[in-house]
Amino acid sequence: MTVLQRLFSFSGGVKPAYNKEASTGLPIAMAPMPAQLVIPLHQSIGGTPRPLVAAGEYVLKGQRIGGADGDVSSAVHASTSGTVVAVEMRLMPHTSGLSARCVVIQPDGREEWIPRQPFDYRGATPEQTRDYLRDAGVVGLGGAVFPSYLKINPGKGGKLDTLVLNGAECEPFITCDDVLMRERAASILKGALIMREMLGAAHLLIGIEDNKPQAIAAMEAAARAANEEAGHPAMQVVPVPTRYPAGGAKQLIRVLTGIEVPHGKRSTDYGVQCFNVATAYAIYEAIALGQPLISRIVTVAGNVARARNYEVLFGTPMRDLVDLCDPRPDSDRVIMGGPMMGLLMPADSVPVVKAANCVLVGSPKLFPAPPPEMPCIRCGECAKACPADLQPFELYWFSRARIFGKAQEYHLFDCIECGCCAYVCPSHIPLVDYYRFAKSEIWARETQKEAADVARERYEFRLLREERDKQEKAAKLAARTVAARATAAAALAAAEKPVITAADVAKKALITAALERARAQKAGVRQENTGNLTPGQQAEIAAIEARRAEIREMAKPHLRQDD
Amino acid sequence: MNNSPYLLQPASVQSVMLRVLIALLPGIAAYVWFFGAGILVQIGLASIAALAAEALMLALRGKPLQLFLGDGSALVTAWLIALSFPSIAPWWLTVSATLLAIIVAKHLYGGLGQNPFNPAMVAFALMIVAYPQLMSQWPAAGATDFAMQWQAIFGSRMIDAITMATPLDAVRTALHAADANTTVAGVLAANPATGGIGGKGWEWVAAGHLAGGLWLLRQRIITWHMPLAFLAGLCLVAGLFNLIDGARFAAPLFHLFSGGAMLGAFFIVTDPVSGATTPRGKLIFAAGVALLTWIIRSFGAYPDGIAFAVLLMNIAVPLIDMYTQPPVFGHKDGEAR
Repeated sequence: MTVLQRLFSFSGGVKPAYNKEASTGLPIAMAPMPAQLVIPLHQSIGGTPRPLVAAGEYVLKGQRIGGADGDVSSAVHASTSGTVVAVEMRLMPHTSGLSARCVVIQPDGREEWIPRQPFDYRGATPEQTRDYLRDAGVVGLGGAVFPSYLKINPGKGGKLDTLVLNGAECEPFITCDDVLMRERAASILKGALIMREMLGAAHLLIGIEDNKPQAIAAMEAAARAANEEAGHPAMQVVPVPTRYPAGGAKQLIRVLTGIEVPHGKRSTDYGVQCFNVATAYAIYEAIALGQPLISRIVTVAGNVARARNYEVLFGTPMRDLVDLCDPRPDSDRVIMGGPMMGLLMPADSVPVVKAANCVLVGSPKLFPAPPPEMPCIRCGECAKACPADLQPFELYWFSRARIFGKAQEYHLFDCIECGCCAYVCPSHIPLVDYYRFAKSEIWARETQKEAADVARERYEFRLLREERDKQEKAAKLAARTVAARATAAAALAAAEKPVITAADVAKKALITAALERARAQKAGVRQENTGNLTPGQQAEIAAIEARRAEIREMAKPHLRQDD
Repeated sequence: MNNSPYLLQPASVQSVMLRVLIALLPGIAAYVWFFGAGILVQIGLASIAALAAEALMLALRGKPLQLFLGDGSALVTAWLIALSFPSIAPWWLTVSATLLAIIVAKHLYGGLGQNPFNPAMVAFALMIVAYPQLMSQWPAAGATDFAMQWQAIFGSRMIDAITMATPLDAVRTALHAADANTTVAGVLAANPATGGIGGKGWEWVAAGHLAGGLWLLRQRIITWHMPLAFLAGLCLVAGLFNLIDGARFAAPLFHLFSGGAMLGAFFIVTDPVSGATTPRGKLIFAAGVALLTWIIRSFGAYPDGIAFAVLLMNIAVPLIDMYTQPPVFGHKDGEAR
């Protein structure tokens, strides 16, 4: 382990007070079984899993209760054995305060597992292994909850240069990865080696911020043992300088390999893939033990007397965890995640989900309301702090003025919402809120535009169809008229054949001429109306017709209502 | 309740402005030492006028008075006006200049953070155009008699005894002289206001501003880009012409320690609101100010050129910023943008 790793640096970043000591004093404890588990079906990026159980059903611990739906989705499992009480809408652990479909389980206390057996990933095709991990519900546990099976894909080249294991854990207060590394280093590395094998990665680097000496020591010891077992230096623990957000996947990849993965690109295209240490542990559990993801380590910290890390079954109410840690009386909020990027919870009754690395209890004293917002003075502090090398104040101006095109041109979507800019802003501008607003507006507009495009296409097709029908009808009519005239003319000719005088001829010529004139006139008039129309006029008429049709359509439901 | 981040660094506009004011103190101390306490009167006049104008405009615009009056930005503008004006200028000149700066150049453009032009420099440029003579009467070094300065500021202006042409004026005279025998060295030697490297006394004021500026740099209120590009740019162009024709063009060190060069380098071109913001943009902006300053000093009709140079470059800021956007994380090979 004496190989010196050359480190790179990312620009920007901040050094807030870390506040990590409080929760690392005691080992991980198992959180007690709650009275009821409320397990949201949607716990990862991607499609909401389909419910596989109904109220009244008995489920085993680890039984799949939500099946992955679509290309990007991940399964959800019963965290314990018991009876499904309901499958219904419950409050989500999200700031919006919206509800989502949840499976509510009444535990029977027996903790009866599904049959578990290790998965032979060496004997399976990569597709089979990925399907297995999808159905085991393994997602990124660093907070992004991206389905892991999609990331265990070596990309175009079929082989990766470096697999990065993220143990940086840069957000203040959060220590779940720290204690996991201290206590379960060997298992994490087993999971990492499985991933390394599947990705064909030449190197395995484990990045840990240097403010976690015990975790570094534990991981180094485990890595040494694993390397000895493998007979070659398969992996290396690399302490990285403590600077938020060193644990951002892109920042850590940059620090360890010097590679910058641009927004919207796969890191595998650059020969790198990055997983959180807790994800590696979950993969070990899924593959080596046959256990799907049903729990995680959660840090309970902040305004509590006894901060600690707990192993928590998904679906456990956050309130139960907070109560274990003696919250101080002035506590006024629960945040899921850390103080830089965490989400304010709508209530403390919301359940712990896969994304919940930390349940942070807040108070007005711990997280005071920001001082009044002042105008931006373009001091550039935010640009100095931005780890994505953006010009946050420019993005702020554009977002505020709703010049979203410009905001995108200035790489709004490269913003990782780490909060560094708002943290340093001397004018106390909630910059990240402006970016969230701009991003959601742009997304909303794109969705709207797509819907409008579809509607327009449908409308144009209808016009085309109507025009075609009209022409077909006209052609049929014309054909019929011609046929009728021909028969009539033939009959007339037969009747009037005998006597033709010169006067008759002259009279007939006159009549024919008059008829001809009348017809020409008639034709002329008709031409004025419908014949010589410009394409613009035709379109206008078509539009009017369409509006009429639409109005008729609109009128119909009313009629029906009246009925 | 607010969204993340829930932690904020203890920083504020007020503390930024306060530290800028503190950094001005060494230069002010040297000013008082060499040119008397008249400058303090001017600072006081400008400060009162600035706060009054700020309060009036905030009230008219319906903005919270206490919050914005306390931000200190008006005081910074006031002090910069006082320091760039002659310290024996009549009181109404300083006061009306400050009112113009705060009311027109700042608030009519939208107040703090919105002004495209440096307010103090707008005031200076307007006044030097309107009252070129009053703006050219600088105190002589050693003429520190407070009573006479008080009289000059508030009373009748019998000020010949205490004023003197600045060395910058003398140098320009040399340049314009038809007489081929007139040289910069000769003119400066003949001028009693000439000191060791710049103007007598003025070089110490400049040194004070340099010290204050370096402290601001250490406090991370300003970055190195602007002062360095400005001073280096001024050195470069002055040095080049001094090499070509040393008899007609003054040496670079003289330029650095004369007039408002040091004040400009650390306190005026570094104004974040009206200046360029990208690292490369800052270099271009400050170098542009330096070049224009030297041109105006050498060939213009005014004693110093920083104000006009800054205003001209202020116009170019949006363009400079647009074309100097730094590459974003992951887009550094130049594939994007």
